[in-house]
Amino acid sequence: MNIVVLVKQVPDSGSSRELASDNTVDRASASNVINEMDEYAIEEALKIKEAHGGEVTVLTMGPAGATESIRKALSMGPDKAVHVTDDALHGSCAVATSKVLAAALGTLNADVIIAGAESTDGRVQVMPHMLAERLGIAALTGARKLTVEGNQLTAERQTDEGYEVVTAATPAVVSVWDTINEPRYPSFKGIMAAKKKPVQTLSLADLGISADEVGTAGATSQVLEFAKRPERSGGTKVTDEGDGGAQLVAYLTNEKFV
Amino acid sequence: MAEVLVVVEAGVKKVTLEMLTVARALGTPSAVVFGEADTAKLAEYGAEKIYVAAGADVEDYLVAPKATVVASLVKQVQPAAVLLGATQEGKEIAGRLAVKLDNGLLTDAVAVDADGTATQGIFAGSAVVKSKVTKGLPIITIRPNSTTPEAAPAAGTVEQLTVAVDDADKLTKVVERVAEKKGSRPELTEASIVVSGGRGVGSGDNFKLVEELADLLGGAVGASRAAVDSGFYPHQFQVGQTGKTVSPQLYVALGISGAIQHRAGMQTSKTIVAVNKDAEAPIFELADYGVVGDLFKVVPQAAEEIRKRK
Ligand SMILES: Cc1cc2nc3c(=O)[nH]c(=O)nc-3n(C[C@H](O)[C@H](O)[C@H](O)COP(=O)(O)OP(=O)(O)OC[C@H]3O[C@@H](n4cnc5c(N)ncnc54)[C@H](O)[C@@H]3O)c2cc1C
Ligand SMILES: Nc1ncnc2c1ncn2[C@@H]1O[C@H](COP(=O)(O)O)[C@@H](O)[C@H]1O
Repeated sequence: MNIVVLVKQVPDSGSSRELASDNTVDRASASNVINEMDEYAIEEALKIKEAHGGEVTVLTMGPAGATESIRKALSMGPDKAVHVTDDALHGSCAVATSKVLAAALGTLNADVIIAGAESTDGRVQVMPHMLAERLGIAALTGARKLTVEGNQLTAERQTDEGYEVVTAATPAVVSVWDTINEPRYPSFKGIMAAKKKPVQTLSLADLGISADEVGTAGATSQVLEFAKRPERSGGTKVTDEGDGGAQLVAYLTNEKFV
Repeated sequence: MAEVLVVVEAGVKKVTLEMLTVARALGTPSAVVFGEADTAKLAEYGAEKIYVAAGADVEDYLVAPKATVVASLVKQVQPAAVLLGATQEGKEIAGRLAVKLDNGLLTDAVAVDADGTATQGIFAGSAVVKSKVTKGLPIITIRPNSTTPEAAPAAGTVEQLTVAVDDADKLTKVVERVAEKKGSRPELTEASIVVSGGRGVGSGDNFKLVEELADLLGGAVGASRAAVDSGFYPHQFQVGQTGKTVSPQLYVALGISGAIQHRAGMQTSKTIVAVNKDAEAPIFELADYGVVGDLFKVVPQAAEEIRKRK
């Protein structure tokens, strides 16, 4: 199995996140990490490799600084990485990003492409289907369980009501939730090995995409205004002295919830 | 006025009625239905036309055929905008549609102006942006619970669509749809009251306390990630950054500390109430009303008190 994992570097959700002066996500000032859900994608890819053999490639589109996340991803066990990076990509919208990732995937000949179900910065949940659409291959998204038998993939897709069982043949894009597995911690050996693993860098020119199709120039949507929401402040705080429940209900009644 | 396509998910969710309400500012709402739907309800909330695409080709496969149906409808009727729910399926259809039409898209809007400008919360609701699609027509997913649905009876003329999907749309087959426990509680993202439990609840069994209070208030049940990870409650009820985003009228947090990733999913709630035995728990920084105390004492008493008042 030739497996590609999509890994995105995002600003740490625990740190304060900002928009830069051009209304794009400020990726320079925030501390950056691997999008959490993508760690589950890496783990699932490694599991498939362990069971069925093959190779795992990490694919990232992001600024030069994303190499940090790529090395971290590699330290978990993937074999190599492809990093699409180009100054012109700054500010790319989801539509343009999918164009670039699809072009890169076109050079990788994957049987299974595994992504996170969503990213913590964009939370758009659109990339896996956009890629499947562009590549004309199957999509099994929102998986909490994945089984591979020969070239047949079966996933339990988590829904609001429960789950759906979906199947497709490879090649396919799979996206996973954090319910699917428990990502491994990189071992010391893994961290050392990751330093020597090949990371191929691709530019837009390498992919045959022109600069005006991506980035702020080719964006299909635009942020007009940005405002911080006023911080919430705490209201009344009472300490339970035997009537805390009753006091709570008195408040709820007053606010017409009861 | 141009049509505005409102893509309907199975069962006519509350967000559908919200979308029909929002759509009126942009043009004349038309609903797009896959399989069966409550057409009377769609008409009551303003659907002038109801396009119905039915049959195995749309219903037995994952998302892709639905996107093809909407895309061909877009080409046919040249709508002013396409609105979809900011749900997993709604976003997935929107993503495919944007690629098919080489068109921009905006996700998770909480409001849309007449010119198609969308208001979105970003960075866990800590900031608000206004954005516009600059290429093609506005394709916008609307976050549930962002508007109050208002009835505005319209004709609701049903038009059956002839479905013509590609082979590439039929690559992922849905073999089974399984409903897990839910009972009569409202859908988490659409509920006007949400009662959530955290690690402090202590066990899956103890979640009965959370469920009881939710039922007495007519609300949905949610859970923190720590509660989900500990196996107290299923993942689809997780509220927060890697779970659902909720924005109810009332959010009740029981035994939840209020970590930033939990806040991400609930801090735009109108009123927040918390019960926590730690007076320093960060959840109190955003609670309109907080009780410092043991939830195993406070919650049963509150439940009893509500029962008395009923
Ligand atoms: C990338 C990332 C994504 C995340 N996504 C999410 C997410 O989507 N949702 C989410 O919720 N978290 C998420 N988290 C985890 C988050 O950081 C917290 O760990 C989590 O929210 C803690 O859950 P909790 O408040 O239930 O547990 P704790 O932090 O352990 O808090 C339990 C609280 O219960 C109180 N308590 C205990 N016993 C009682 C009692 N008898 N009566 C009253 N109070 C009591 C304690 O005082 C404490 O405040 C994420 C973390 C990361 C790193
Ligand atoms: N720039 C990127 N580089 C690599 N993978 C990405 C990128 N953007 C999104 N993805 C993948 O797509 C998933 C869903 O992202 P999103 O659609 O942005 O919520 C992520 O979890 C990643 O696996």
